[in-house]
Amino acid sequence: MIDGIYVAALIGKILFVLILVLTFAPVLVWADRRQSAMIQDRLGPIKAGVPVGSTNVTLAGLLHPLADALKFMWKEDFIPPKADKLLHALAPVVSVIPTIAAFAVIPFGDIIYLDHLFEVLPADPGGRSIAFQVASLNVGILYVFAVTGTGVIGAAIAGYCSNNKYALLGGLRAAGQMVSYEVTLGLSLVGCFMLYNSLLIEDMVAWQVERGVLGWGIFRQPLAFILFYAGSIAETKRIPFDIPEGESELAAGYFTEYSGMKFGMFMMGEYIAGVVSCALLTALFFGGWSVPFLARDGFHAFGTHIALNHLTVTIIYIVSFLVKTVLLLWLTMMIRWSLPRFRYDQVMKMCWRYMLPLSLLNIFITGIVVLYTNR
Amino acid sequence: MAKLIPKPKMSAAEAAYVPEIAKGLRVTIGRFLKNTFTPRTSESNEIDTVDYPEEKRVYPERFRGIHRLTHRADGSPRCVACLCCSTACPAQCIHIEPAEYGPDDPRHGYERYPSVFVIDELRCIFCGFCVEACPCDAIRMDSGMHMPPSTRREHFIFDKVTLMAIPGADGTFETANPRHEPGDPTHPGVDREHH
Repeated sequence: MIDGIYVAALIGKILFVLILVLTFAPVLVWADRRQSAMIQDRLGPIKAGVPVGSTNVTLAGLLHPLADALKFMWKEDFIPPKADKLLHALAPVVSVIPTIAAFAVIPFGDIIYLDHLFEVLPADPGGRSIAFQVASLNVGILYVFAVTGTGVIGAAIAGYCSNNKYALLGGLRAAGQMVSYEVTLGLSLVGCFMLYNSLLIEDMVAWQVERGVLGWGIFRQPLAFILFYAGSIAETKRIPFDIPEGESELAAGYFTEYSGMKFGMFMMGEYIAGVVSCALLTALFFGGWSVPFLARDGFHAFGTHIALNHLTVTIIYIVSFLVKTVLLLWLTMMIRWSLPRFRYDQVMKMCWRYMLPLSLLNIFITGIVVLYTNR
Repeated sequence: MAKLIPKPKMSAAEAAYVPEIAKGLRVTIGRFLKNTFTPRTSESNEIDTVDYPEEKRVYPERFRGIHRLTHRADGSPRCVACLCCSTACPAQCIHIEPAEYGPDDPRHGYERYPSVFVIDELRCIFCGFCVEACPCDAIRMDSGMHMPPSTRREHFIFDKVTLMAIPGADGTFETANPRHEPGDPTHPGVDREHH
């Protein structure tokens, strides 16, 4: 018997994820440009403004992505003459939708108990409960891998259908790179599966929460974190792995022939993929939504207990998840503006000859440790 | 002959790549934090961007900007319509029509005045030859302003009234050069006998 409140909650969660992801993309565009300017001793975009009364409200340049969005909407949608029209229209869609869909299994908050909202949560809460996760699938994180695997198709057909040799090269490189790094991504997480004893992401977060700050994945599986982080940067084709887009080599790689909103969708898809991979990293390695010293009923620190009601704690949990994701995104962008681009053969070599053996080594060591500590 | 250049070997830390990334990130993150959290007005801020038009660079003292016609003490232009500037101008952007003073004027037969003095600032190449050619310090380019942009050609044609209304960079309309009018005790005289 499906209660109306659960349907409303589901729709609310889907809307939250959609709005979150769709507002993160323009904010990340702004952050990319301002952050790179701050690193490079310059100002970045600060001028786009809306005249309000007598002054020009500029919001530190946050309106520039809005201007970009308007530009994309009004630009001519040009399809090259001999290109495959259906594939040309399909590629951005196939590239963007899987990345948004991957957010479905990532928990962005703890379970909320609707009958105890404005009181301190008792030890054994009952009644209606809603988990802050759009869907709780029993395959858990394998769903994320399956869906991001679909994203490869978008890049590949974008390169193929453009009737452009540069685009084709970019598309082939994208496909090769993404498929290779998926293997490493999956294998580097096998150590996590062994440690957390589950495939479900909410179980992984619960495991980390049980053990406090030192139970976070980054302290228990540091090698897996480095491998997964590097692999996800490669998977989302960010610098230093942006060979498929190779700006100075391939015009624009596999989206050379795209303009207007289709190009906007590709760009958005790239930033959203970055958000999803950072959210996944937060959930797997940084304790997800948990805050050190904050239990479900308030702060427990150094013998003192500050009680907070359930709604406050839930909101703090969601905010902390977002804060951690934002910090990881900031670090990813720092890496973007610090490192030079890898050559394609270096990318492939790094995956198959360095990262894959390292992830197998991680599995081996984690297996031994888990076996001997759980015996 | 090809010369074999030895390739420098990477140390173990360099080959592992991650320590080098950390060093690079230290530089970048240090720069980022410094530039974000130092206010722009402080001495140690290293962002050199000039946020035009809210901030402007100060032009040097001898910068050649738009022309101005200097004034005499009574407000009339110092220019005597000798046509030296329009002759010297390589771009031929100065148009002067000289006119004679009336017969009752003390300066009649001694000087002329420009009835039309038009400079086309769009043709001007801002070389300063007109300033160097003028014997009366009547035209100067020390207004300290560059020609503001416009979308209409008519805005670039400055007539005598406009040119006389432009002050120098120090705000004055007259110059420090003395002007001896006939009738002044300092006037050296109109002819060789100092009459």
